[in-house]
Amino acid sequence: MRSGTNGQPRRRAAECAGLLAVLAALVALFAALSDRFLAPETFLTIANQIPDLVVIAVGMTLVLVSGGIDLSVGSVMALGASLLGVAMTDHGWPAGAAALVAASVGLGCGLVNGVISVGAGIPSFIVTLGMLEIARGAAYLATRSQTQYIGPAIEPIGAPLPVLHLSPAVLAALALVAGGQFILSRTVLGRHLVAIGSNESAVRLSGIDPRPPKIAAFAISGLLSGLAGVFQSSRLSAADPNGGVGLELAAIAAVVIGGTSLMGGRGSVVNSFIGVLIIAVLQTGLAHVGATEPAKRVITGAAIVAAVLADAARHRWAAADLWRRLRRAVPATAMPADRL
Amino acid sequence: MMPSVPPRVRTLGLNKAYAVPVLSDVNFECLPGEVHALIGANGAGKSTLARILCGLVRPDAGSMEFDGRPYAPRHKRDAEAAGVHIVHQELNLVGNLSVAENLFLSDLPRRWGCLRLGELREAARTALARVGLAGLDPATPVAALGVGVRQLVEIAGALARACRLLILDEPTAALSDPQIERLFDHIRRLRASGVSVIYISHRMDEIARIADRTTVLRDGRIVATRPVAALPVAEAVRMMAGRDPSAHAAAPRVPGPIRLRVRDLRRAPAVRGITLEARAGEILGLAGLVGSGRTEFLRAVFGAERADGGEVQVDDSPPRRFSSPAEAVAAGLAMVPEDRKEDGLMLARPVAMNMSLASLASFRRASGLLAAAAERTAVGQTADRVNLRCASLDQPVTELSGGNQQKTLIGRWLMRDAAVYLFDEPTRGVDISAKAAIHELMGDLARRGRACVVASSEPEELMSLCDRIAVFARGRIARVFERGEWTHERILAAAFEDPAGGAQ
Ligand SMILES: Nc1ncnc2c1ncn2[C@@H]1O[C@H](COP(=O)(O)OP(=O)(O)OP(=O)(O)O)[C@@H](O)[C@H]1O
Ligand SMILES: [Mg+2]
Repeated sequence: MRSGTNGQPRRRAAECAGLLAVLAALVALFAALSDRFLAPETFLTIANQIPDLVVIAVGMTLVLVSGGIDLSVGSVMALGASLLGVAMTDHGWPAGAAALVAASVGLGCGLVNGVISVGAGIPSFIVTLGMLEIARGAAYLATRSQTQYIGPAIEPIGAPLPVLHLSPAVLAALALVAGGQFILSRTVLGRHLVAIGSNESAVRLSGIDPRPPKIAAFAISGLLSGLAGVFQSSRLSAADPNGGVGLELAAIAAVVIGGTSLMGGRGSVVNSFIGVLIIAVLQTGLAHVGATEPAKRVITGAAIVAAVLADAARHRWAAADLWRRLRRAVPATAMPADRL
Repeated sequence: MMPSVPPRVRTLGLNKAYAVPVLSDVNFECLPGEVHALIGANGAGKSTLARILCGLVRPDAGSMEFDGRPYAPRHKRDAEAAGVHIVHQELNLVGNLSVAENLFLSDLPRRWGCLRLGELREAARTALARVGLAGLDPATPVAALGVGVRQLVEIAGALARACRLLILDEPTAALSDPQIERLFDHIRRLRASGVSVIYISHRMDEIARIADRTTVLRDGRIVATRPVAALPVAEAVRMMAGRDPSAHAAAPRVPGPIRLRVRDLRRAPAVRGITLEARAGEILGLAGLVGSGRTEFLRAVFGAERADGGEVQVDDSPPRRFSSPAEAVAAGLAMVPEDRKEDGLMLARPVAMNMSLASLASFRRASGLLAAAAERTAVGQTADRVNLRCASLDQPVTELSGGNQQKTLIGRWLMRDAAVYLFDEPTRGVDISAKAAIHELMGDLARRGRACVVASSEPEELMSLCDRIAVFARGRIARVFERGEWTHERILAAAFEDPAGGAQ
């Protein structure tokens, strides 16, 4: 019986269902408040706007699970976008090569974050805070603080495809969510990240070097931030060195709404994705009902706190409930009571 | 006939269930001035009963009386107000705070919200001196202390309070003889002044010496409460297990080639030049007092702490010093650490994930994927080998009883093949029959040509388990005994020697 009960996946499925219920409730609420909200265009617009935040949230989830934090994502995205813009406008590079530059620069920034914080044992909060400034400054330097208008050459990535009505960027983001979840729950790297976030000392004493997985998480986060820069500039047809200010906080909010622990050791990429959707629906819905920008901020902030409170409550409740169900399902005599 | 004095504490029909019933209809009492031993297998419910008595857990049903009055503590504070104090099995100190702050955490001396540091320091010194830690600076952060010293700090904290009922949950699991003696002196003094003591332990010899009555718990039910003299050890063991303990005649072990060689290993200040070797098929014991350097030695061998000098050689590999456990493991070492909470377990994660941590590499497919089904099967088999008792392998480890947490940690290393296994207090908190099972597993490892090095604060354990015993004193080896040469007294005498001063 012991190896038969599989509480963990069930608990995880319940969490995901809870988040989807919140999302559905929000959609229903705004549909009731505004008759224009419940239309395919609304959702396609939302979908085509979020790929940058989605891929950044994927990387952020991996970093948070391992017990770190990456505050540099917004600036690294802007740096990636800026270099992409400069490469295409000033040097006439094709979109593909320029995108590769953006991604590599992101990867480089992530590696620097990881190597310095892990190698020297400095809290990632500080190292990535430094990178937040450095990458932003570099983006201004590269663009001479000017937004670079790129034009149609970059647009296909962010433009909706004919039949699907979704852009290649959206599809790529969805694939990366699937990939990120796969890494987290099915690979040894993912298991190491969870273990490091739970008790790093135990990981070390189990003969595992915790440094490579931690650096890998930062590298992935950087790479995805660079990629987010590509998505963003294709959506805007321009490279904006001011882009992504405060994006790190939006990403952290989405990931935490998705139930990932800021203390490390617990998280789900798919739930982070739903977290992004919740924030996006909330913002779009509020715009639909005519909320002002300040009111949107107040309500979004309140929603973040409410979501985290609900998550904490659900955790307590889910644990208790699972045991109650288990107890009913398994008569006491079937327990391995006198194995000793 | 009713006794004229009501019991200090009495429980009436207590029930508590988590996944399964943990306590069922428990009617327990402890008289004023009585030392009442509470025994039972791992997971029998001893710690849960203790936690209910001190207000940390609320029973599902049943009531309690304290000195004849109804008693229903809702918080630990209520229990402390009534004079109930507990020394926890799972050490419960805050690592970043100082020893002094930990000692008086729940009632820090203060005036207008400001700590009175001088007063705190003085009180801490007095409390520490009581358990023989007069030399310990109260400002030391707890994180810097070994498990044995931490246990003493917890005991000091409880002894510093005005107690009417003191609950000790496996207080001696990490202590060595002199400290146990000192603790017993305190218990006798408390008993003489009318304080009641509930003493939870797996060490039957201690119970015979200190307790007045014994209550045996099995699967959450009380099977017997008897005066200690009327409960022979064999019968108690049978009662705890619910059946006759199976006697195994262990096959003899034949020592083979040397698998671990340590030469003049040093790490200031605790390890001051240790040379020893362990052979295939051999179990080598490390005895000594708390602070004699056994833990630091094992950690330095394993690369968990960097050694200052000396060499470690596994099999025929070139001698060197390991700079990380990853290197040591790659060379064929394995270590079960002493501090399962800090260095061993991921408390909030499932049992399965905890067990497979050290052997993940063997479940890694070429693609980097985790072979989940194979992992699960292997974990299930190991759980059976170590007699693990849990509701599910997906249960967070923190919900397991102390002994079962320890078994999880041992299981982790049994899942991984190594040339030399280092065990630091491997049976801390493990019950008698599971301890026998673990000893048997170590015997198996040795018979299959592995070398085992076992540090324990319990000389009896080493004497029944080992082929040789090295006695540590002040960071050096005072003596090495072969089987047949040792007695409890000789080991103890060696532990008090000063190997440097030549006080043979
Ligand atoms: N918070 C919890 N959630 C679920 N189960 C729990 C929880 N706490 C304890 N248990 C279960 O209750 C049972 C009794 O645990 P308890 O800690 O009282 O045992 P014990 O007699 O002290 O054992 P040991 O000798 O190993 O310390 C165990 O099976 C344990 O798994
Ligand atoms: Mg216990």
